[in-house]
Amino acid sequence: MMLDTGSKAESDAGGRQPRGWQRALRHKSFVTGGLLSLVLVAVAALSLFWSPYPPADIDIPNKLAAPGAAHWLGTDSLGRDILSQLMVGAQNSIVVGVVAVGIGLSIGVFLGCLAAARGGWIDELVMRASDLTFAFPALLTAIMLTAIYGPGLLMSIVAIGIFNIPVFARITRGSARSVWARDFVLAARAGGKGPWRITRDHVLPNIATVLIVQATIQFAVAILAEAALSYLGLGTQPPQPSWGRMLNEAQTLMFQAPMLAVYPGLAIALSVLGLNLMGDGLRDLLDPRLARQR
Amino acid sequence: MLLFVFHRLFTLFATLAVASVLVFAVLELLPGNAAEVVLGDTATPESLAALSAKLGLDKPVLTRYADWVSGLVQGRTADSISYSTPTAELIGERLQVTLPLAALAMLITTALALGLGVYAAARHNQLGDVGVMAASQVGIAIPNFWFAILLILLFAVQLQWVSAGGFPGWTEEEGGGLLDGLVALLLPALALAMVQAAILARVTRSAVLEALSEDYVRTARAKGLSQRQALWGHVLRNAMIPVITVMGLQFANLITGTIVVENVFVLPGIGRLVFQAISNRDLVLVRDVVMLLVAVVVMVNFIVDVLYAWIDPRLRSAGLQA
Repeated sequence: MMLDTGSKAESDAGGRQPRGWQRALRHKSFVTGGLLSLVLVAVAALSLFWSPYPPADIDIPNKLAAPGAAHWLGTDSLGRDILSQLMVGAQNSIVVGVVAVGIGLSIGVFLGCLAAARGGWIDELVMRASDLTFAFPALLTAIMLTAIYGPGLLMSIVAIGIFNIPVFARITRGSARSVWARDFVLAARAGGKGPWRITRDHVLPNIATVLIVQATIQFAVAILAEAALSYLGLGTQPPQPSWGRMLNEAQTLMFQAPMLAVYPGLAIALSVLGLNLMGDGLRDLLDPRLARQR
Repeated sequence: MLLFVFHRLFTLFATLAVASVLVFAVLELLPGNAAEVVLGDTATPESLAALSAKLGLDKPVLTRYADWVSGLVQGRTADSISYSTPTAELIGERLQVTLPLAALAMLITTALALGLGVYAAARHNQLGDVGVMAASQVGIAIPNFWFAILLILLFAVQLQWVSAGGFPGWTEEEGGGLLDGLVALLLPALALAMVQAAILARVTRSAVLEALSEDYVRTARAKGLSQRQALWGHVLRNAMIPVITVMGLQFANLITGTIVVENVFVLPGIGRLVFQAISNRDLVLVRDVVMLLVAVVVMVNFIVDVLYAWIDPRLRSAGLQA
């Protein structure tokens, strides 16, 4: 017997509508956010093969050089090329975002599905554990980990990842519970499917939209958190360039070279803005009901 | 209501108890022991033994945990390793900067967010609304520490109206005063408030728009109230429920934001203290500051829950069933 997973029935109900990509291209937020995010990924990818200068190359005679043909955005106090550092710094932000969101997604979605499928004390335990984890913002977790193991990129990824777990667990549990209450799940249970097969075949496909949107938003949150941790010296360590640490170094030179404090912040803000706009756009495009509620 | 408060109080104490176990356990799961972490690889066996004895590492783990928690409850904390002063004393001194900073930031956040949110909702889909929404989208994307640096660039470097950082103290004996202290906290509070206000303005706008579409508002307008009277008399109270919830959730961000922004402006608050503690590998101080901040977050959530139930009585029974 073929079982309707629910998603197909909903998409057919609207009658003849513009194709998905046509709607996406007409959505201003999605297009703007998508373009900004694409630039972020493209710059990071390009910097894997090419950057104007090696980002860690010190060139003291050219320190604090103004923007020009040789150095498009100028150089820092050690003569390092700002544009090259920004380009390689984008890699850092993407790695942190992908891994931290990956940690949150994999563990959080598993716990959320478990809570929704089993209910009872397991549900209660998962939710109370989520409440508890919410009491530890990423920065506090990073402070504790750094105090013990010392600063570093790994510690900041772990701290942000841990912070993401309850976010995904809660959103998965809430969305999955509403799917579990649907008729097609009842039919699947009557057909003899167990909780894990129902979760795999019916729940996960139906909550994927919500998870994709949340993952985009948490990606932006991860970029902001990593930048803050690196600014404080808890995250990425030299010689690996990081936007947050560039800001920290620029702050000491604000009277001599104020623009050094502008570029990395602009890179962070545009990346986060792009991801947030793309998240909003995806929400509108993938789930119009959620868009109407906003 | 009383039953609801007791239920939430029980959850509060249970959460604090588990959080304290976690904070204690994380610092117990050290590679080696705390004395080795503090003194580093070059420590002599004698200095290790002396610090181990000072930290009470010769006692069983449960005894040390019990001593720590009972000390915290009674305000009788251990001495900081680097300052040789009880941590409660150090934290108390630094809270004199952090608490007013957080309060000022929350005040600016509330004023900005409510003003802009209500303004945008009242001009739904008009230029003012679009402008506020666009500005809030940008505001959410800007890291608070970068905004803090931009404020320093503008007001301290370019205009030279204020100093680029530091805190003169609250009294004239310290070289400052009430006004000087407030002026020193103004830019940090503004930096903290900007992101929070951007988020809260969006929530306020949505909540006001939803309340504006309710039947009781239509009835109020039919009775002859102007839109402004209906807005102030009926809409705002009902729209405040989600706004207060988000304000509570934002408090955790404000606390961590305070740690970062204090470092940007070199303010002698809790944020600076914890970073000096990390640099000095002062695990006792790190543990107590983290526990304090976690307790603040948990307690604020408790207050928001109670406030929420007080405003909307339907939530009391829902909360007890959850």
